[in-house]
Amino acid sequence: MADHDPAIVVEGLRKRYGDKQALDGLDLTVRAGTVQGILGPNGAGKTTAVRIMSTLLRPEEGRVEVAGIDVRTRADEVRSRIGLLGQNAAVDEELGGRQNLEMFGRLHHLGARRARTRADELLARFGLADTGDKAVGRYSGGMRRRLDLAASLISRPQVLFLDEPTTGLDPRGRAEVWNAVRSLVGGGTTVLLTTQYLEEADQLADRIAVINHGRVVAEGTPDELKSETGGDRIDVVLRDAGRLAHAASLLPGDVVVDEDRRMVGATITDRMAALTETVRVLEAAGIEAEDIVMRRPTLDEVFMHLTKEDAV
Amino acid sequence: MSAIHGAGTAHGAGSKPIWAVVDSWTMTRRELARWARQPVQVVVGLVFPVMMLLMFGYLIGGGQGVAGDFRAYLVPGMLTMTMAFGLEATMLAVTQDLGKGVIDRFRSMPMNSGAVLVGRSIADMLQSAVGLTVMIAVGYAIGWRTHEGFASFLGAVGLLLLLRFAMLWVGIHLAMVAGRPELVQAVQILVWPVGFLSNAIASPASMPAWLGAIVEWNPMSATATAVRDLFDNPGAGGDSWAATHAELLAVAWPLALIAVFAPLAVKRFRDLSR
Repeated sequence: MADHDPAIVVEGLRKRYGDKQALDGLDLTVRAGTVQGILGPNGAGKTTAVRIMSTLLRPEEGRVEVAGIDVRTRADEVRSRIGLLGQNAAVDEELGGRQNLEMFGRLHHLGARRARTRADELLARFGLADTGDKAVGRYSGGMRRRLDLAASLISRPQVLFLDEPTTGLDPRGRAEVWNAVRSLVGGGTTVLLTTQYLEEADQLADRIAVINHGRVVAEGTPDELKSETGGDRIDVVLRDAGRLAHAASLLPGDVVVDEDRRMVGATITDRMAALTETVRVLEAAGIEAEDIVMRRPTLDEVFMHLTKEDAV
Repeated sequence: MSAIHGAGTAHGAGSKPIWAVVDSWTMTRRELARWARQPVQVVVGLVFPVMMLLMFGYLIGGGQGVAGDFRAYLVPGMLTMTMAFGLEATMLAVTQDLGKGVIDRFRSMPMNSGAVLVGRSIADMLQSAVGLTVMIAVGYAIGWRTHEGFASFLGAVGLLLLLRFAMLWVGIHLAMVAGRPELVQAVQILVWPVGFLSNAIASPASMPAWLGAIVEWNPMSATATAVRDLFDNPGAGGDSWAATHAELLAVAWPLALIAVFAPLAVKRFRDLSR
């Protein structure tokens, strides 16, 4: 497989559970060696898509190729080229970390000796060498997740699926997993990452596909998605919350008011002109500003914008 | 790229017959390693049926309607009950694997797909063989004796393990259907009335006729009666068809259960990818 070939191709993927159309014509192409984020609200179909791509579920309709191989007809070949980190820590709590990795190595048909050396390598790489013999049940959440990640890397997969890898972890555990994922990139591994945390996608992903109701509603780099959703913003924090409504009426564009933070925000086009104009109209109206900030939209705003019909 | 990636794996080899054996053995070793890590739980699992045997043999002192030495009647009954209750252990283990997502990891790897179930079978049968040995030793220590030859003894052990093997598939199937720890608890409670509705501890002769008939047809009763015969221990008696054809039923019942539940369990397992 050449490096410029896509690592994952999904076309017109459909899957139904009873009455619910979990995937409704999902299309996605992931370039080899990149990190693809899949972002979407609960029930958007993220996990179903990952389960199909990683051969756990059969697609109903559509084409899915991973590492150039059809998941439906040649699942076994796909399995030897992928790693999967599911939502639950899929390791044996009763066994030690090393025992877990050795077992998975044997089941990957590495043979006893190579399974052992591979386990040691991975324990060292994920900072688990000292705790390799301790039962996994006594690991911290972050350690368990790192072991889980190590287990999904046993066979040096071409494509790694991470399904909500940091859900349920504390900030330290999350940072540990993020660092581990970053260390993979550059090694040529293609990573597909689903997440509910926009910051996570922003931090890790080269490209992001936002999915909703089982299909892709937006796709691009984090920057592209941010600029598609309406360019820069200006936020003004007022000294007096009572003047918020008045200030909001003076600002142009798409205005939002945040009472708790005594803040009005608006979309802008020309940063310098908007800054001068805002300062001028506020001064003229006698409204005191505590702080004025200009910024790109956050991915949260992009996400809310793209999936907002849900809220209605 | 493939020179670096996936180089360690024999591509697509999970379907070759040799991997069925190797992977099943790896899965069996996984269970053995778990026991080594949890010696207390293993010992508790072995001691529980011993405790039951001693309780019924010495404290409760039942043997309603049993002609002859009650302990000689009780030991084969408790051996049978121990094998039948292996259902719980299987169910619990399969439910835990499903719940933790570790089964998903196995299914996403290029291993032999049957090895998960085969490894479970071998491990559970090994555990039951050890449990049976302990129970036989304790039985011997409290004065229970067999009076037939070694061949009959082996025949009896074979029938007991056959019942356990049938319960293994029932357990796997129930775990795949129920899939939740609460339902395992329900089964752990329900095995008791089913266990007592057999001739393992009391004789059907002591029961109302309609209840006695149900008891005689219980697969556990068939195995217990056949095993008592083979050990030449006092039996429950009775002249119904079920009571007089216990050897036949002790083979037919487990085989029937396996014929029904093994394909269902395998289908459930395959349908995980639905």
